[in-house]
Amino acid sequence: MSSIPDNLRYTEEHEYIQQTEDASVVVIGITDYAQGELGDIVYIELPDVGATFDRMEIFGTIEAVKAVSELFSPLAGEVVEVNAALSSDPSLINNDPYGDGWMIKMRLQSPDELEQALAASDYAQHIGE
Amino acid sequence: MHLKRPGPPGRLRVRKKKTGSQRIMTNTLNDLPPTDSFASRHIGPQSSDVKAMLKQLGYDSLDVLIDEVVPEDIRLRHPMNVPAAQSEEEVLNSLRQLANKNEVRRSYIGMGYYDCIVPPVILRNILENPGWYTAYTPYQPEIAQGRLEALLNFQTVVSDLTGLEIANASLLDEGTAAAEAVSMTRGLARKVTEPRFLVDTRCHPQTIDIVKTRADAQGIEIILSDPNDFAFDDSTVGILLQYPDTEGNIRDYTALCNRAHEANCLVTVATDLLSLTMLTPPGEWGADIAVGNAQRFGVPMGYGGPHAAFFATREKFKRSVPGRIIGVSKDAAGTQALRMALQTREQHIRREKATSNICTAQVLLAVISAMYACYHGPEGLRRIAVRVNTLSRLLAAGLETLGYKLRHNTFFDTLCIDTDPNTAARVHAAADKAKMNLREFTNGDIGVSIDETTTSDDVADLLGVFALQEQSPDVATLTASSANEIPSVFSRTTGFMEHPVFHKYRSETEMLRYLKRLEDRDLSLTSAMIPLGSCTMKLNATTEMIPVTWPEFGKLHPFAPPVQAAGYTELFRQLEEQLSEITGFDAISLQPNAGSQGEFSGLLAIRAYHHDRGDTQRTTCLIPQSAHGTNPASAVLAGMDVVVVKTDSRGNIDVDDLRAKADKHRDTLGALMVTYPSTHGVFESSIRDVCDIIHQHGGQVYMDGANMNAQVGLCRPGDIGADVCHLNLHKTFCIPHGGGGPGMGPIGVAKHLTPFLPDHPVIKIGHAKPFGTVSAAPWGSSSIMTISWAYLQLMGGDGLTDATRISILNANYIASRLRGEYELLYAGTNGLIAHECIIDTRPFKNSAGVSVEDMAKRLIDYGFHPPTISFPVAGTMMVEPTESESKEELDRFCNAMLAIREEIREIEEGRADKTNNVLTNAPHTLASVVADDWNRPYSRETAAFPTAATREHKIWPFVGRIDAAYGDRHLVCSCPPIEEYELEPVGGVV
Repeated sequence: MSSIPDNLRYTEEHEYIQQTEDASVVVIGITDYAQGELGDIVYIELPDVGATFDRMEIFGTIEAVKAVSELFSPLAGEVVEVNAALSSDPSLINNDPYGDGWMIKMRLQSPDELEQALAASDYAQHIGE
Repeated sequence: MHLKRPGPPGRLRVRKKKTGSQRIMTNTLNDLPPTDSFASRHIGPQSSDVKAMLKQLGYDSLDVLIDEVVPEDIRLRHPMNVPAAQSEEEVLNSLRQLANKNEVRRSYIGMGYYDCIVPPVILRNILENPGWYTAYTPYQPEIAQGRLEALLNFQTVVSDLTGLEIANASLLDEGTAAAEAVSMTRGLARKVTEPRFLVDTRCHPQTIDIVKTRADAQGIEIILSDPNDFAFDDSTVGILLQYPDTEGNIRDYTALCNRAHEANCLVTVATDLLSLTMLTPPGEWGADIAVGNAQRFGVPMGYGGPHAAFFATREKFKRSVPGRIIGVSKDAAGTQALRMALQTREQHIRREKATSNICTAQVLLAVISAMYACYHGPEGLRRIAVRVNTLSRLLAAGLETLGYKLRHNTFFDTLCIDTDPNTAARVHAAADKAKMNLREFTNGDIGVSIDETTTSDDVADLLGVFALQEQSPDVATLTASSANEIPSVFSRTTGFMEHPVFHKYRSETEMLRYLKRLEDRDLSLTSAMIPLGSCTMKLNATTEMIPVTWPEFGKLHPFAPPVQAAGYTELFRQLEEQLSEITGFDAISLQPNAGSQGEFSGLLAIRAYHHDRGDTQRTTCLIPQSAHGTNPASAVLAGMDVVVVKTDSRGNIDVDDLRAKADKHRDTLGALMVTYPSTHGVFESSIRDVCDIIHQHGGQVYMDGANMNAQVGLCRPGDIGADVCHLNLHKTFCIPHGGGGPGMGPIGVAKHLTPFLPDHPVIKIGHAKPFGTVSAAPWGSSSIMTISWAYLQLMGGDGLTDATRISILNANYIASRLRGEYELLYAGTNGLIAHECIIDTRPFKNSAGVSVEDMAKRLIDYGFHPPTISFPVAGTMMVEPTESESKEELDRFCNAMLAIREEIREIEEGRADKTNNVLTNAPHTLASVVADDWNRPYSRETAAFPTAATREHKIWPFVGRIDAAYGDRHLVCSCPPIEEYELEPVGGVV
């Protein structure tokens, strides 16, 4: 069983969305389930601060030893911070996907859209757990 | 069974007369069968074994079994019209006769191919050694450290000589390597919508044609001009140069590189490794990518191949490099270990998003070139280069004495002689008389390229030819002009190949032992079966291999006049005829140099056909989910849009989904790519319907011939409804895998596609409407086609068909023995499979925490190369025994698999630890089992000698389980630095 914290929102593409003190800014990463499926992550390509994405637009690429996957922006918005530590140590995503393994912080175009993302129970159902 | 077996070797089989007294022998010729008939040597199971295996399967005869496996409506019901089998001795004699029809002349043609001296210690111990040539691609690095080290040496040589940080190992030929550079450059400039690429007219002509063919399919405009006329704009993504260029000239590209970089363009240069021992490396004057052919590093020209091409670039582009890259990592014990790095770049993972479709490359040849470099070392290579350059300059001096004018004063090994047509014709006539080949430029200039084999006598002979009726100057009195010295601006100042590996093996004894040491680290067919699904690791018979290194096949330049290659021409014609008969097609093109190139060529033939009919919009390519990753990658390179077709729960194409998608895309449907038997190893009974549906909707059927070994003699792609099919000669037709190449991927086509087959800019093949050129040489890797030709003559029609039948029997036998203990996936409706079976190992993840990788590594402890893992279904194993494995070897494998099942059961039942057990710790190295501290909960004996057979012949993995992630996170792909060693001087030694 993978970890699916109740306080986060999710997408069917296995990204999670974590709210911050600033209601319009969220933290985005991939779920514990996703990191487990990928295996040892060796590389991640993330956007620059200031880049903007539509909902479901590709914002990056993640590579494991034998798998590669694109990262989809769960919501529309602008990147305000990127986790620079991942470029030198991508294993942070394996070891602590919801903590040190976070990927980007994004200022949402319309924070209400957050409601459309999956709740923990829905995501658990989606991955069959 | 139709195995015509003469009985044990050395014993004459005699037929007893039915009447009369006993022991009367008839001494007529008809009763004298040959004593070295080959089919029974190629096929593993003997008659009595076949009976026992059929019994295990519950069948009375092989015919009945085959009838149930292969659908009735596609069966070939007449014998193939191929020549009857010849004995091994007869085939060698026939090949000798063909070889004698080739005329080996001194070649001064150049153009990327140069005669060289293959050091005999390398010839015999690598090129002629099954320990090296029968190995597979190093996907199981624990039993491949030998060739991985050799390939790391190759990368280091290329990286050092080109002055670029990262090199791959390796590509197919210089032309396709240049085309890969164009694709990579385009991929890095994603935002440019209508990309243009500038190409120097003074690149080799075959390179230009290949680049044009590939770029055209990908919508990249190629603009050909002199570099002085290069115009950069926002759409220009890159430039291609040649250094030294095809006329031999060495030009200073520094300013041009600056202009290119200011315009955000990448610079690719096609170059020559030997010249780079003397010249400023491209990485130092601004090139971003260097490509070329490593042939002259110890590999025979072979009338076009095989040779290893190289590709080097800057560190920052490492994730975009095509082909395989060897990298340094560590094993479970922390020992340094090598494996293929950054595999996520490759088509088998990235599929339609891949920027290259290359898979099988030229490992064996890269190994040879690496060892040539090790044997000579930097100072030896420089000595060869200086010799070549000096002889070239002496020739230049002599030619100038004779009044000839050189087109360029700065050159390494190639002179371009500017002369009038009348003189040129007389010189070529004189050369012909002196049995030498010079290059004829299209503008009438004469080209002469000097190589490692050229002597001062040869230079004298050349001057004699150019002197015509005049007195030729005495070579001994000539002095090279200082005007022809390589100017200091081009003079290499940086060292290269400083690693100890390039300094240790100067004596033959040391070299011999180094080669043997590396060979012994690897598992090849000389030790055990390599049951890789979809790879067909069958016997590469000695008789088939012997002619490859005959000089009459090896020493021909690919652009020698065809009249000098009459033996090759005859061999190609017969091979084409016989492959046409086997596949049921109208024509064969022998040009594609690997399966990936065959796929690409087949799709381009289809594209050209559609274009010829005005159907330029037919670009949709349907590909089943279960297809190998190369299929979608090839389709995209051919300018097609991939639409995925579902497979049903039995692994077959979902015909309803296919029909719906064909209908939806009927206006744009270009092709279907289908593997047959399927990648799941099943003869799908719907295949005729599948082909019909595609044709009804205006598409063409591309059949992937990877599984042709299950079809030969039983059914034919052309009859089934395919329009084009590629053949992996290195699978079904016995070319050895060479540890990851060479391969050959000729294509067969139906009549309506024949006009579109590829041609060649230098040697015309003569197709009416060729789609372009796909290989640097007109017939790809000519010298290894002798292997497939020999196989066909040795087997004859009956033998070939028997091979197919036994390959199916062998696979079903394994399936039958394992069923019950293992779940098998995707049998046909009658529970039978084709020539390979898929073992479902996924349940053990939950039941015992054992992964398919654990099982694969444990098989190494049992002395086997693991089967294909995680293809076509993630988490499973696919086994293809081929016809060449005997019942005894199949039983040994099955027993190992069953024993491993017991080991898993011990974990399931709590009798073995869930994380510290024989599987999770596999493979076990010698060092680990003899170590002073052994704290595992099982015995050392269980670890290393699980069966009696392993006591008789133990294959030790050289390293333990490799940490692939570590290596990908810390990429090192040249020989790792060793702190303490003395550098030998590199400059100034000659």
